[in-house]
Amino acid sequence: MTGITQCDLLVVGAGPAGLAAATLAARHGVDTMLLDEQPSPGGQIYRAITTTPLQNRDTLGKDYWHGEALVKAFRRSHARYEPGATVWAVSRMTAQDPEGGFEVAYSVAGEARMLQARNIILATGAQERPFPIPGWTLPGVMTVGAAQTMFKTTGIVPGKRTVLAGCGPLLYLVAWQYMKAGVKIEALLDTTGAGGLTQALPHVWGFLRSPYLAKGLKLVHEVRAKARIIRGITALEAVGTGRLDHVLYTADGKSAELPCDQLLLHQGVIPNINLSQALGVELRWSETMLCWEPAVDDWGNTSVAEVGIAGDGASITGALAAEHLGRLVALEACRQLGKLDQPTRDREGETHRKALARAVLGRDFFDRLYLPPEQFRIPVGDTIVCRCEEVTAAQVRETVKLGCPGPNQMKSFLRCGMGPCQGRFCNTTVTEIIAQERGLSPQEVGHYRLRFPTKPLTLGELASLPQTEDSKKAVIRLKKQP
Amino acid sequence: MSDSSSSGALAPPRPRHHRGVYDALVIGGGLVGSAVAFGLRQQLDNVAVLDEGDVAFRASRGNFGLVWVQSKGMGMPAYGHWTMSSQQLWPRLAALLHELTGLDVGLEQRGGLHPVLTEEEYEHRIQFMTELLAQPGMVQYEWKMLDRKELADLVPGIGPEVLGATWTAVDGVANPLKMLRALHTAFDRQRVDYLPLHPVGDIALRNGVFEMSTPHGKIQSRKVVLASGLSNQALGKQVGLEVPVRPQRGQIVVLERTQRILHTPFSTLRQTDEGSWLIGDSQEEAGYADGVVGLPVLATLADRAVRTMPALREVRVVRSWSALRVMSRDGFPIYEQSATHPGAFVATCHSGVTLAAAHALRIAPMVVDGALPVDMAPFSTRRFHVQEAA
Amino acid sequence: MFKRLPEAQQAMRQHPVAVTINGKAVQCREGDTVSAAMFAAGVVDCRDTVVGGVPRGPYCMMGICYDCLVTIDGQPNQQGCMTLVREGMNIERQGGARQVRT
Repeated sequence: MTGITQCDLLVVGAGPAGLAAATLAARHGVDTMLLDEQPSPGGQIYRAITTTPLQNRDTLGKDYWHGEALVKAFRRSHARYEPGATVWAVSRMTAQDPEGGFEVAYSVAGEARMLQARNIILATGAQERPFPIPGWTLPGVMTVGAAQTMFKTTGIVPGKRTVLAGCGPLLYLVAWQYMKAGVKIEALLDTTGAGGLTQALPHVWGFLRSPYLAKGLKLVHEVRAKARIIRGITALEAVGTGRLDHVLYTADGKSAELPCDQLLLHQGVIPNINLSQALGVELRWSETMLCWEPAVDDWGNTSVAEVGIAGDGASITGALAAEHLGRLVALEACRQLGKLDQPTRDREGETHRKALARAVLGRDFFDRLYLPPEQFRIPVGDTIVCRCEEVTAAQVRETVKLGCPGPNQMKSFLRCGMGPCQGRFCNTTVTEIIAQERGLSPQEVGHYRLRFPTKPLTLGELASLPQTEDSKKAVIRLKKQP
Repeated sequence: MSDSSSSGALAPPRPRHHRGVYDALVIGGGLVGSAVAFGLRQQLDNVAVLDEGDVAFRASRGNFGLVWVQSKGMGMPAYGHWTMSSQQLWPRLAALLHELTGLDVGLEQRGGLHPVLTEEEYEHRIQFMTELLAQPGMVQYEWKMLDRKELADLVPGIGPEVLGATWTAVDGVANPLKMLRALHTAFDRQRVDYLPLHPVGDIALRNGVFEMSTPHGKIQSRKVVLASGLSNQALGKQVGLEVPVRPQRGQIVVLERTQRILHTPFSTLRQTDEGSWLIGDSQEEAGYADGVVGLPVLATLADRAVRTMPALREVRVVRSWSALRVMSRDGFPIYEQSATHPGAFVATCHSGVTLAAAHALRIAPMVVDGALPVDMAPFSTRRFHVQEAA
Repeated sequence: MFKRLPEAQQAMRQHPVAVTINGKAVQCREGDTVSAAMFAAGVVDCRDTVVGGVPRGPYCMMGICYDCLVTIDGQPNQQGCMTLVREGMNIERQGGARQVRT
């Protein structure tokens, strides 16, 4: 293992929030390191922006190419960058350094590395919300985000019979991108709930004033003109043996079958919180977004000192908002590191706050409009809830009836949440099932307690990290306790 | 008996089978409490278990799963006997649970190994085991220091740095999570009132009946067993029991499932019936920090595991656990009955899996009888007074 | 199954990488992830699960679902969606719990 790197500020994630944060901090003279899990910057939304084979700007569109400016600014700054770096542990430094700070362990190409940082900004972005329908684990089923990532990174698109299903703007965006690229879509099965519009209408004013309106309407209009859209989907099932054969759906009280080779699912995105969770950051269940969110203040500060979160990793606000949030959280880090005083921070922050306000206009409207309906979030029966350990909804419900009060006991009983994804695709589902069974709110039911490593690494790698006299004494006990 | 009005978070998940005075009640739903409660139910009709919530200091969840005899009892031969008796009763407990629930708790009693990786460890181990078994009144069993060649026959791919290991035929393992699940399923089948989210505030004794105050009202029982780990100390005070326990952190590293290749467990490395690997364990006086994973300790654990079986180098660490052992002053269990509050007992130890059979099939009947027999005296807290006076 | 857009095909011709997928020689592009190359080669499932022995394919393509695990150059449980293809790489479907080579 190589020596331990030092920096003032560690930024985790190279999406818009991370890039903007690192750029700003570096400009203020903060020694900044950005660790990026991906091989090149851009996060998910601007994935592969420096390497995509799709150089014709019309294919991916203007919104995507906006990310280029962020990457350029980052590269011009003096922030250090390490790609292919997966962070898997963060801990407070021990007694050696009274100043405090963090020790961060991460892997690059299967090798363990360590870093010391005084402040951390987590910019880990969003992930697809779990979409537990019967058959969602079949080969041939993947998320819309997955398909889009592949599209951006490689220009590879589905060839034969493709069905998109779910709700939310991304469905329509990808349908539109595919259509422009000449990809045929069999159907778009829209699960947007009937109740959504009622919830959303009070917020329509914001939407009407937002930059998303014109763009969004145009996009949806074009998709509707060319693709077969079936709305009011109340039930969905992916069917096949060993791989996807067809989709069964119910719309308007009637069921039908749609043969297909590829089913792309999407019902919104939720914050990617595992690193925050393992760090012990306080999480709150959002009743408006139906997911766990790290509790942050206006400057991104969490319940853990010197740890800030910016962008979708705190709350889903989209790519544009993420940039501005990244800058605000970075300003706060600069203040904590003594580079600016509070009045300066506030003053510099004003532009970003205004930009942020403009960027989130209208989101309240479609956040509520596109809240996924209950039957697609809280499954029953043999539907798999924990993909890794293959635990079903029925098993979870049965175990609640045995007296299991929350997700951590549930983990002990059924192993759900113990697989490599560490609950990323089952935490919200398990919490909501337990809440439903017990008649409580998800906040009351709680979430998984996570510990490091937040991503698997080999035993050999773990063994290569530095040990201490204390750690040896704790393990090799020659005067063994009985 | 009053019931508090149930607001959202406090609404218990299930109704009680029995609303009157219980024959016996156990405070604590971990491995110790659940095993005792299971045993009680085999002789008594109305048994309850009061447990806390989802996020509590749950020592049982961090358990390695050893059903282990070797190394136990230095300084207290009675503990050596106690451990052996539990080891012998374990097949019966596993069979009972299987009969009742259909669940297999993964008991494997094919012997166990304690590895040594340096000359110093080698010499120390031989000396330790010799002295251990030479103690007057100590239980006897066969043990042997295996050399490298003998060890290689038992363990495929034993590391070149491993000089040997002490082996006994009496050691074994079980799956602690399956144990807990089986016990709770048995509760369900046998109508034991397992009541989570019932933390106990006060315990009062009135007219021979114990009254436990919980957020859901008072619950009454003729007998009560304190098995709530670290909370035993505070609860014990209320029934005239002094329970000096402290938290001691233990960390475990868990590897992904692989094909089953290791059938003989080491005390520090074993492969579970499901194919995953457990690497342990550390002993750290870290206060109540059970949520913190210390990286250097994990590195040391990993390092020793790689030296023990180098082929595991490429296998992935999927998670680590940090849990708090319930450690008494001398590390030995505490079993005691209250002199001032007859019918109140305490049971605490840090080897909840090894001793599960003794808890279910020996402690529980003692509680039913109303008294711990004389040969359980070494486990009472009076030994601490003797130590202090000495 | 899956196909490359014309622009992507051109890029592949300019920066080709030759790999083997389940014994078959496959041409792909420098910058492809292993999972993407597999999709383009018509391979939809990459492993059988450990618990139930059922087939799975990549689901999230961003490194968090762990369904895209494949054996790469003899090393099992590699995330296909997080690994870039390399000349001469050998990619194999994997089944069940991994072996430990003692």
